[in-house]
Amino acid sequence: MTIAPTDVEQAATRTAPQAAGTASPGEGAQTNNAVPPALPPAPGRAAADYSGYRIVAARHPWRWAGTAVVALGLAAVLWSLATNPRWEWDVVAQWFTAESVIRGLGETLKLTVIAGALGFVLGFILALMRLSASPLLVSVSWTFSWIFRSTPLLVQMLLWYNLGYLYEKISLGIPFTSVTFFEVQTTTLVSQFAAAILGLTLNQAAYSAEIIRGGILSVDQGQLEAAAALGIPAWRRSTRIVLPQAMRSILPTAFNEIIGLVKGTSIVYVLAYSELFYTVQVIYNRTQQVLPLLLVATLWYIVITSVLSVFQYYIERHYAKGAVRTLPLTPLQKARKFFTIRTNARNLT
Amino acid sequence: MTLADSQTTVLTRTTAVAPTRGLVEITAVHKSFGSLHVLRGVSLTVEPGSVTAILGPSGSGKSTLLRTINHLEKVDAGYVAIDGSLVGYRKRGNSLHELREKDILKQRTGIGMVFQNFNLFGHLTALENVVEAPVVAQGKTKAEARRRGLELLERVGLGDKAGAYPRQLSGGQQQRVAIARALALDPKILLFDEPTSALDPELVNEVLDVIRELATSGTTLVIVTHEMGFARDVADTVVFMDQGQIVESGTPAEIFANPREERTRGFLSKIIEPAFNI
Repeated sequence: MTIAPTDVEQAATRTAPQAAGTASPGEGAQTNNAVPPALPPAPGRAAADYSGYRIVAARHPWRWAGTAVVALGLAAVLWSLATNPRWEWDVVAQWFTAESVIRGLGETLKLTVIAGALGFVLGFILALMRLSASPLLVSVSWTFSWIFRSTPLLVQMLLWYNLGYLYEKISLGIPFTSVTFFEVQTTTLVSQFAAAILGLTLNQAAYSAEIIRGGILSVDQGQLEAAAALGIPAWRRSTRIVLPQAMRSILPTAFNEIIGLVKGTSIVYVLAYSELFYTVQVIYNRTQQVLPLLLVATLWYIVITSVLSVFQYYIERHYAKGAVRTLPLTPLQKARKFFTIRTNARNLT
Repeated sequence: MTLADSQTTVLTRTTAVAPTRGLVEITAVHKSFGSLHVLRGVSLTVEPGSVTAILGPSGSGKSTLLRTINHLEKVDAGYVAIDGSLVGYRKRGNSLHELREKDILKQRTGIGMVFQNFNLFGHLTALENVVEAPVVAQGKTKAEARRRGLELLERVGLGDKAGAYPRQLSGGQQQRVAIARALALDPKILLFDEPTSALDPELVNEVLDVIRELATSGTTLVIVTHEMGFARDVADTVVFMDQGQIVESGTPAEIFANPREERTRGFLSKIIEPAFNI
């Protein structure tokens, strides 16, 4: 805009004679909106009329230069990925859909879904406990988060798996009496799968409790007050009024956690549990094709994360209802709009 | 309610028997927040079907008093009774037993409240806001609540906004939805906590008009407000509060034209004089 002042002056002088001609009828709207006929232009100052001018967009040469540099870099990376034979893409392709890998992928997804769901449900309960008026519930919830956030997941996992060493049998009965309803060997109860789920779930619950608590705190107190004044019961207040509104701040962090969990499940290799990562380890220990097989696992993790990101986008959009005046267009809608405008333009010309 | 309807209710109100529901008795109520003594022995009786306006400088305890009526604030001493039954407590022999949450919620369904900041549920549409409480707290069917909800939105002039989210509405429209939401429970008492204080001046009247219409409906209204002209026109009783106490109360004519207390006179002269003469 640095050139604007001189431009305006020029424009003003150029339009001066035109403005003087407004008195004659039939001049058209162009001059009419420049000067109201009732008010003649003040002496020494002509009203400007820019309606006949062509608008030239500002140029951004550095933006183009930056784009070119990045595109060049990107091309170089892709070129080396494609042409360097040591990536062994043929091996990657060979193992990518191998039966054992797919089975491992299934296990990874199973662990993620179960531990994620249970973790967030438990986390929600812990968050409500933490926000309750009972000092006992508050401190139990706090202690839970404290313990599980301050010990390494690896240690937790090994502890659960070796629970049978600490407690040989697990029994259900009346405490402080000899009455027992059933009794079971700990090692049969806590399998690899159970240990993995226990470890991942409890750890996840500790983190999600804090995320959910943060979300709940972000909702205006007036919402709870209004709900209470309307006689809406406490549980319904939490689930129907507060939680949906808390979701907007919970979701981005929650998806961070779930994406972290997808890859975090690889930690169960310490239990020799054959999920995706453990499976490729077993394979490359046999075939010695370490890098290509790590790539197989990596690509699958990328696929899962990409799918989750799409989910995240739409779920966040769902909970944005009412929080924004008009929802932004989805990529699909944007694409459709882009093409309709294109076709309309083509039809016009 | 159309204009014709409201006229008939005026008629019934003046000719038929007076409303019997919605008597509020506040007796020697004290309330402190920490070291701040907000209410200092307030006693007030609000007759069924009457309209009471509570005026006073900010910090005088008006809103707190209003909130004790539906037990959003628990009183430290004294008691509040509605139609003879205590708010928040049950009398058993010589002792008062605190009610459980469930019973308090039930009591509240008889008392509607409209807030300064509307407090509409932002993730629900106007109609969903209105329908929620009748379904959950009163056990009405969804269809029934929807029908009644649409009727109420129509009545506050927002029949065409049923599907709009609060953020898509102006402040005045939001407050009218909030009034419809409070009415959905068919309360015998309606509490208004500075209903127009958060509104732009040109939106104030659309809300006041709705309240003015409710004043003739037989529901007891208690209104904390800074709108002096409105209080004078609509209220049966005007209560002036200062420093946690009721300084004086009376008919609008008495309070506005002839205040007995110096404090009332001082407050009114500060607020009213530029606006209009009495």
